[in-house]
Amino acid sequence: MINEIGELLIGLLVLFGAVLSVVSAFGLIRLPDVYLRSHAATKSATLGVLLILTGAFLYFMIYVEHTSAKLILGIIFVFITSPVAGHLNGRAAYRSGIPMWDKSRFDELRPVIQKEIEEHGLNRQSNTKTRGKQ
Amino acid sequence: MMDMMLMLSLALLSLGILGSVYRLIKGPSMNDRIIALDTIGVILLSIVAVLSMLLRTFAYLDIILLIGILTFIGTTALARYIERGDVIERTND
Repeated sequence: MINEIGELLIGLLVLFGAVLSVVSAFGLIRLPDVYLRSHAATKSATLGVLLILTGAFLYFMIYVEHTSAKLILGIIFVFITSPVAGHLNGRAAYRSGIPMWDKSRFDELRPVIQKEIEEHGLNRQSNTKTRGKQ
Repeated sequence: MMDMMLMLSLALLSLGILGSVYRLIKGPSMNDRIIALDTIGVILLSIVAVLSMLLRTFAYLDIILLIGILTFIGTTALARYIERGDVIERTND
């Protein structure tokens, strides 16, 4: 009884995680902008990999009877580091002057960066200015 | 039934890697390629997890941690290199 329920639960978890990964790749192909693509790739791929690793953890706990600390460590590690990597990448994209989508309306970071340039001078931002628009 | 579901998820995950490879080749800026590499690493990690379930072994669980750490370090180093021009900061700032 518990075996059949566990089998269905683990299969559904893994399948849903795989579907989320495909949705993330679809967004990576279709969306028009670096920032929107980063939105698609970071969030849904992280959730998909978390579901799959949870399914693997339940599988090894129920069927092989081996409670794996490595999998828990992997779940926590991916859950912490993947949004951090997405944030660093978006920040690098904005500061190196990659243009936003032409239909995007608000840019609340631009005045902040202008103020920072006025206060600290151009020497930290020289990389931004010389590289220009790609 | 679960084996069939696992095989189906393997096929879906490889479809996801294929879509990311498209963005990796075509992407107009460098950050698109970094995002695509990050996604490929994460999907590869889940492929290893599904494969270790399918083969009923827990010998592959080290690889999950290893791929996670390598993906994070690679993404961070490339993003820092694009933003500042170097990976490790010099002291004479």
